[in-house]
Amino acid sequence: MSENVIELIKVNKVYDMGAEVQVQALRDIDLTIKRGEYVAIMGPSGSGKTTLMNILGCLDTPTSGKYMFDGVDVSDMDDNELAKIRNQGIGFVFQTFNLIPRSDALHNVELPLIYSGVPASDRKDRAKKTLEMVGLGDRVHHKPNELSGGQRQRVAIARALINNPSIMLADEPTGNLDSKTGDEIMLFFEELHEKGNTIILVTHEEYIAEHSRRIIRIKDGMIESDLPLEKNGKVHAAHMAEKVPG
Amino acid sequence: MTFASEFKEGLKLSAAALLANKVRAVLTMLGIIIGIVSVTLMSAAITGLNNAFNNSISAIGADVLYVQKWPWMDTGDQWWKFRSRKDIKPEYADKIAQEATLAAAVAPTVGRMGTIKYRDKTANNVQVAGTTADYAYVTQMSYDEGRFFTEEESRGDRPLAVMGSDVANQLFPNSDPIGKTIKINGLSFRVIGVRSKLGNFMGMFSLDNIVIIPLGQFEDIFGTHFYATINVRAVSKVQMENTKEELRGIMRKIRGLAPWQEDDFSINQQDMLTQAFDQITRYIYDAGIFVTALSLLVGGIGIMNIMFVSVTERTKEIGIRKALGARRRTILTQFLIEGILICLGGGIIGLGLSYPLSMIVDKLLPTSMPVSIAVMAIMISLIVGVVSGLAPAFRASKLDPVEALRYE
Repeated sequence: MSENVIELIKVNKVYDMGAEVQVQALRDIDLTIKRGEYVAIMGPSGSGKTTLMNILGCLDTPTSGKYMFDGVDVSDMDDNELAKIRNQGIGFVFQTFNLIPRSDALHNVELPLIYSGVPASDRKDRAKKTLEMVGLGDRVHHKPNELSGGQRQRVAIARALINNPSIMLADEPTGNLDSKTGDEIMLFFEELHEKGNTIILVTHEEYIAEHSRRIIRIKDGMIESDLPLEKNGKVHAAHMAEKVPG
Repeated sequence: MTFASEFKEGLKLSAAALLANKVRAVLTMLGIIIGIVSVTLMSAAITGLNNAFNNSISAIGADVLYVQKWPWMDTGDQWWKFRSRKDIKPEYADKIAQEATLAAAVAPTVGRMGTIKYRDKTANNVQVAGTTADYAYVTQMSYDEGRFFTEEESRGDRPLAVMGSDVANQLFPNSDPIGKTIKINGLSFRVIGVRSKLGNFMGMFSLDNIVIIPLGQFEDIFGTHFYATINVRAVSKVQMENTKEELRGIMRKIRGLAPWQEDDFSINQQDMLTQAFDQITRYIYDAGIFVTALSLLVGGIGIMNIMFVSVTERTKEIGIRKALGARRRTILTQFLIEGILICLGGGIIGLGLSYPLSMIVDKLLPTSMPVSIAVMAIMISLIVGVVSGLAPAFRASKLDPVEALRYE
């Protein structure tokens, strides 16, 4: 296992919009994320933040450049190989939770294990344990529409964690939650980070990004800044002042 | 992920998806149900017709030629020509028997409806047949009881009778008919044999509603002005054509026909019926295949359509599954199984419906539903499922996860 979970070398992404119109979403991105880091990727809409997340999540491949995931070059992998990387290396947490509506919490959590071919009994055990870990031991057979937003996101987190992925990729995980529930989720991420999980947080909210230890700002498809949290002090202080009541 | 576990998961997911949308699933199945019902019923009717025909036709005998005034299959509107032919006389049989080298047995038959009585019991509208001893050899007759009349008994026109099983059952429900005296149109006959059951002819009339008596006795009761059939058994099936040619020559001689004159008699044989029957069943079959193919096509298109809708509806779900590591094959399998399940479901429901329906059809046409038809119906629905599920399943498997996840 290499120390670097993610290594992007001169990654470009160009979208063909037809009629010879091309949009360059990412320009020569160089980025390294080490195991155990807690990183936030920030940027306004249209900045290339989502494209970067899709590439980091192996949902998409770069037009040029190299992407080493866990020491393996994934830049030229085909659909099925990428599916395997996503299945075993990446845990996704989405803004809209993205649970399968017809299935109960248990089935939603065990999905990644189904695709890795884990036998049913083993699967159910692990899914139950993971649900207990996120505090939903008593909601195992509830369907998504029988759960609150916070509970749904915790099911999604359990699903992201079940295969012990190398990274957890969270895209605006609190975007659909009220601030109290959002804080709970962020607290949970903190715990996961302390346990040694690598977390990549994609957000446009400063106060969410400030839960991380390193903030990467994207603008016009390029990395504008990449600083540890302490050096973001100014913004942090301003944010805190805003938050403190009275 | 192995194919077996992929299949199992696909099965669970598809079943759940179908159960979540029961009404739609059943409506989609409707086309297949109709298709399968029509294919099964048609096959059942044809199989039934074939069975009935083969049973019936065996009574006619594949190696027997029938010299008659009328051909069995009219080839045109020439009925007046056949009608003006001279009658076939029973006496021809002796002459044919003497001259034919390829005939194993020759017997004339004449027939008329009569009334049979035994004590207080009466059987009306029974076929009374007059013939000679050789008739037993021509038809290779077998008996439930007793025997046929002998050469001497036949030539001596003794008052003896051999009954078909229907008549025997009607007149002698609880007793042994052998040795009993019955009355045919008022004249007394001693029963010497009961012929084994031959069954129905195409479900139209019974071949066992018959009493067979010596030719002379028949003429005593009904007179001589009935045209006869000369039944000729060929020495072997292989020699049928030669026997027929020889028979034709002998008949022309008997009739005194000049070389330029047409035959004024017909030589009928089982083949003619078989051919005609085959033609009829082919028509039914072709029409049936057309209707069935059409309904299966419409059903298949319906399923494909619904599957496309289902794929579009579940775009987001497919995106989620892909993000979580589902491979193309996994998604393909899942949707293909869904299509197959719809069709198999339709096939099974269709089979379930056709069984009682075939009972109703059986009142009009003989039907028979062997296991092979059920197997065929299931195979057809399986194939329709694969064919109509393939394109939607392929589209689902090819969805781009990024696009699919963005879909609302």
